[in-house]
Order: sequence, then structure tokens, then C-alpha cells
Amino acid sequence: MKKIVVGMGTCGLSAGAQAVKDRLAALAETHPEAATVGITGCIGMCYREPLVEIREGDVRVIYGGVDPRRAEEIFQRHVLDGEILEEHVIWMRDANGVESGSEMDFLRHQRRIVLRNCGCIDPESIAEYEATGGYEALRKALLEMTPEEIVAEVKASGLRGRGGAGFPTGLKWSFAASQPGPVKYVVCNADEGDPGAFMDRSVLEGDPHSVLEGMIVCSRAIGAHAGYIYCRAEYPLAIRRLQIALEAARERGYLGKDILGSGHAFDVKIKQGAGAFVCGEETALFASIEGERGMPRIRPPFPAEKGLWRKPTNNNNVETYANIPWILTNGAKAYAAFGTEKSRGTKVFALAGKVVRGGLAEVPMGMPIRDLVFQVGGGIKEGRAFKAVQMGGPSGGCIPASLGDTTVDFESIPATGAIMGSGGMVVLDDATCMVEIARFFLDFTQAESCGKCTFCRIGTLRMLEILERITRGEGKPEDLDTLRTLAARIKEASLCGLGQTAPNPVLTTMRYFLDEYEAHIYDKKCPAKSCIALVDFVIDPARCTGCTLCAKQCPVGAISGKPKEVHVIDPAVCVRCGKCLSSCNFGAIYKA
Amino acid sequence: MASDEPFGYRLWRYDGAPGELIPLLQSAQDHFGYIPRRAIQHIAGVTGIPESSVYGVITFYNQFRLQPMGKHVIRTCVGTACHVSGSRMLIDAIQDELGIEVGGTTRDGLFTLFTVACLGCCSLAPVMMVNNETHGRLTPASVRRILRGIRRAEERGAAERGARPTP
Repeated sequence: MKKIVVGMGTCGLSAGAQAVKDRLAALAETHPEAATVGITGCIGMCYREPLVEIREGDVRVIYGGVDPRRAEEIFQRHVLDGEILEEHVIWMRDANGVESGSEMDFLRHQRRIVLRNCGCIDPESIAEYEATGGYEALRKALLEMTPEEIVAEVKASGLRGRGGAGFPTGLKWSFAASQPGPVKYVVCNADEGDPGAFMDRSVLEGDPHSVLEGMIVCSRAIGAHAGYIYCRAEYPLAIRRLQIALEAARERGYLGKDILGSGHAFDVKIKQGAGAFVCGEETALFASIEGERGMPRIRPPFPAEKGLWRKPTNNNNVETYANIPWILTNGAKAYAAFGTEKSRGTKVFALAGKVVRGGLAEVPMGMPIRDLVFQVGGGIKEGRAFKAVQMGGPSGGCIPASLGDTTVDFESIPATGAIMGSGGMVVLDDATCMVEIARFFLDFTQAESCGKCTFCRIGTLRMLEILERITRGEGKPEDLDTLRTLAARIKEASLCGLGQTAPNPVLTTMRYFLDEYEAHIYDKKCPAKSCIALVDFVIDPARCTGCTLCAKQCPVGAISGKPKEVHVIDPAVCVRCGKCLSSCNFGAIYKA
Repeated sequence: MASDEPFGYRLWRYDGAPGELIPLLQSAQDHFGYIPRRAIQHIAGVTGIPESSVYGVITFYNQFRLQPMGKHVIRTCVGTACHVSGSRMLIDAIQDELGIEVGGTTRDGLFTLFTVACLGCCSLAPVMMVNNETHGRLTPASVRRILRGIRRAEERGAAERGARPTP
């Protein structure tokens, strides 16, 4: 009897996993003796979705890029006839434990702790989670350990908050634990708002119980009886899987009045975000749970003292909680064996942008950026040049390829001016304009500023206006100094992380790519040929077939040429709308 | 999920617990497609929160709408990965295809277009979400195909409804 498992995370579903699963389920119905069909979360290889795995005993074979037709072929030849379709295998492990497949490299350098179950178990089945040792850590925490011992164990592991700031988790727990009760809260920040980060979504969709178990352990450690998961509304699948997990956990007595007979009571509610980036900031998140406008509050008092509803609160992010069960089961020592001296353990990175293998990779802290991009990520798309990585989302910065030896940990990354952030790593190639990237992030933070602090509300808008001008080719020499001054003021005079870090993308790109700013301002050129106002659209005579489509699309009649003859764009008339570029079927139009 | 419950039911269950304003607004929006004035008055009356404060919360969050939305809500991702993979071209294509700007609704009430900061499917960039369905690896041409497909399905549905004799 074989087990067919289809990857049904958001990434798999948007690549067409539902149709594949439906087809396989229909086939399995006609051959009930041959196989059953199940689902799993994201294994991280988003670039090869949809994924289908065939399991039999210890043998695992994963096929990538499966459509309903290939699914049928896999069913016929592999499931029924026992033949492995070698050419489509991306990863497999044979009966002797030997691994092979075209995507071996992606997994080889990883060490999966947070993602231990993602892509392996059915996230909607608590039994499958238990079968991998799930809720053993909770049993241990409740029945064999005192709250002090739990905190000590987490401290010893060296785990630091994975939401971005890297505050030692054990220490944070000890603060909340030392506060007087009886009312305290455990909050899980699942408001993953950084553009380019999707590890929390993947964990919630692929292994929701691990997060829940981490929260329950925390509740015991700090003496809390109520918890909240604040999840953004843009993740409907994650919310649904969390709800299924909560109900199953209640049914099995992992949540409720007397958990596992220990006398400890704890339950969790899901709060759905309403679309505000600033709610990822913890005090704003509390305000949002309380039903208010999600605006940050002054700290201190810190949440451990006065958090949600002004009661002692421990707030960690999804990835942090997902580490906890592993640490308790395997011991703090085993966890601390990974990573660097000050940044222990592993970190999940969301590789995206111009990288060949975009997806989720969990690697030990201390891996050089270049290895992440090239060994794990497979290098740059279309063989272009590696220019930079953008880390930490809108609060982060751009690290140039020349600093590719920088290791990913909580000390080395901030030294470059960027931040670790939640682990989004957007890879940029030589066609990406760094001024434009800075403008893009400022556009984002400016729109998401809650408006409480003047410098953040208005300062970011002024910076954005300047950057927009520069990308339009209307930059002035004094703009660079103005940007620096504004950046310093905004950082100084903002209450929360959003304002304090909003200038980072501008400052890091000015630090490492000043020549691009200068080219825009003085030469009115965009070296990456990305800023549309500063490039000319040109037709390649060798490729143009004279189909006349571009001339028909052009709103200003800048394109001339007879049918079946090479066309020409008049740069003096062209308004640089880019319609010709997106309409050409022959790739004959390029930016120069 | 709070938002799956019909408006009345949710309100009926409202037990005066603090912090329920946002779930109430979410259920109202799910029920009406937007938050009409009478819902604001109703929620203010039930919770005792001043109408002005309810309005303040509504306008703070991107999710809430004070105007009706189209039947199909398009959310084009403009996150970093999608941005560098050409999401601007997708938005141009959608605007051109539907004849609306971002934030607008087509005259027939079929489509509303929004942008969203990140949908978390970065490796499939550029991405858009139509209602609750995510589409990845898009090009201007494939976006037009998807929109035309929805429109055709709607027209077919309308024609069938029209052909059926009304009782």
C-alpha cells in the first residue's frame, strides 16, 4: 500500500495542486488497494510546485512540477507498476536511506528544526503530529518540569526571538514569569507583514501544532491561562488550519481546564488582523487585539509588565514558538550546538526575487549569504549577475554582493546596516535599480505609518517625494544630504520600530550604491536600465518581424514602420509607458 | 472563523466582552460586502462605543471598506519579490483590461482592484489573489486571460438565468 501526498500550502495551491489532488484522489478511488491520498504543507521547494510524494515504507519519492496529466502518469507507472519516473524526481530516499534527485542541493545544506514536519505530515491531522513525537515536549513540560526549569532550559538553548529583534527568548519568558498573576497572556505574533517573508505562513499552514505546543509550554512557564494568535487576514489557509488544530488540541486535552491532568489551564483564541503592517509591532498588535486602532504605545512599561489589557504578556513570533517543542524534546544542548556563539540554532529564510530556487530554507546560523544564494538558492535567474540581497523587509537594508561573505546571524547582519528581520531574503540582480528599491520600500512604510509620530508620518513622505523625483530624473545635488538629514531625524523621533527603521533601505543603498544615486541625479541615467523615465525603448531590428502590434498599442504614435518591415521608436515622441515592451511577442523591444 | 458567521448571529453572540469591535466589523463586511452606515450605527449602539471611534477603527485598517466592492475582488501583490518581477506591468494590464484604477470598481460591479503588500507566495511572483484564490507566475497576458475567463463565466451565468422562465 502506497501513500500519495500532495503539497497543499498556499504556494502549492496557487501552482495548481488542487487539480492534481482531485485527479489522484479519483484514480485512487478506482484502485483502493494500491494507494491512499493525503495532503501536507510546504516542504520549501516552492519553485517546483506542485509537488507530489509517493511513500512506501521508508522509501520516499518526490516529484516536482506535477500537473494532472503527469499525475496520471505517476499513478499508472509508479503507484501501479512500481516504476520510478527518474526524470521527474526532485528528491528521493531509497530503502537504504540513500538520498538522490535533481534538487538534492537545496536540501543538503539545510538543518530543519522549525520546518521539521513541514512537507512531511498532514497539517490537519493531530495524529500525524503526535506520531512524530508531537506534544511529547508538552507532556514533559507539564508533568516533569517546574516552570523555572522550563525557562532555564529555553535560556540554555540560546534561542533568540525570530521576529527580527533577536531578544533572548528565555530571558523574555523569565520577565513575564516573575510578574505577579493571576492574569497573564501568551501572544503569538503571526502578523507576518514584511514583503518577501513567508516562513510564518508556511509553518502555520504546514505544522500548526508545533506553534500551539510552543505556546502552551510558554503558558506553563510564565503562568498564563489565556493566549492569542494574531494572524493576518491575508493568510486564510493558515487561519483555517490553525482553527482545525485548536479544535483537535482541545479534544485531546492539550488545551482546556486541566491539561494532561496537570492542573494547568490554558486556551487560545485566534484574532484575525485587518490589514495594517504596523500591527506587527507588539504594542500596536495589543491595541488591535483590544479592538482599537493599531497604534504603538510608549515602552516602558514593557509587555512583560503591562502588555495586552495592561497585564503581563509574553509575545513571540511563530518561528520562535515552533522551536520550543524541539528544544524541550532534544535538549538545550542539542539546539545550542547549531549556529554561532551568540546566535544559536537555525533560521528559516524565505528566498525570493531573482534567485533560481525560490522557497523556504532553514540553515544553521552563521552561513555566509553567498552560500545561501548560490548553494541553497542555486544562483541567479537567467545567469545574470548577483548584485545584492535585501534583508529584513522594509525595516532592513540591502547588502551588496561584495559583502557576500557576511554570515547570517544577529551580530554580522546589523553590522552592515541591514537587519536580520524575520528572514525574508530578496535576491536582486543587475537589472534591479537600487534607487528604485529604496523608493519602493519608502512608498510602503510611508503608506503604513500609523501617523502617531510626526517625523514618521511626514518625514517618510518627504523622503519618498525626493526619491520619486530622483527616479524620474529630476533629482537635485542637495537631495542626498536632505535624505541623510531626514533619515537621522526620523530614526531619532519615532516611537516604534516602524519609524526607527524606515530609513534603513535608503541609508544602506546610499552607503553601498551611491554611484547609482549620482548617476540618476547628475547624468540622468539609470545604470540598471530600470527607471522608465531614464531609459529609451529600442527595437532590435534582428528580432522585429514587422507585425505592427507595438505600433497599434502605442498611445502617442511614436512607433513607425510598414507591415513586415522593421519598426522604429522615436524617443522624442515616446512617453515611456512601456506598452510596446509588454505587447511584443518576439522580445524585440528592449530598454537602453 | 468569526468572519464566516452572518452579521446578525455574531451580534447576537456579542456578550459585551471587550475587544470585539474588529471581529464585529469583519462580520459586517462579510455580510454586506462593505460596512454601511447603518452597520456602524448598529455596532455603536450595541457595544456602546461612540460612532466616531468605530469610524476611526474602520479607516485605520486596510481591510475595511465604506463603499460596496465588486463581486470579484482582485488583490495584486506589490511586495518586494513581485515588484522586482514586474508586478507594475500586471497592474497596468488589469487597469487597461477593466478600465479602472487601483481602489476602483468596474461599472458592472464585477471587479474591484486593490494592491496588497505581500501575499507570501514570493517564489511564485508575480502573484495576485482573486477572492480567496491565489494565482502565481503571472504575465500581463495570463492576467487578461484569467479576467476574461471570469467575465465569460459571469456572462454565461447571466444568460442562463435570463433564459430560464421566471415563475
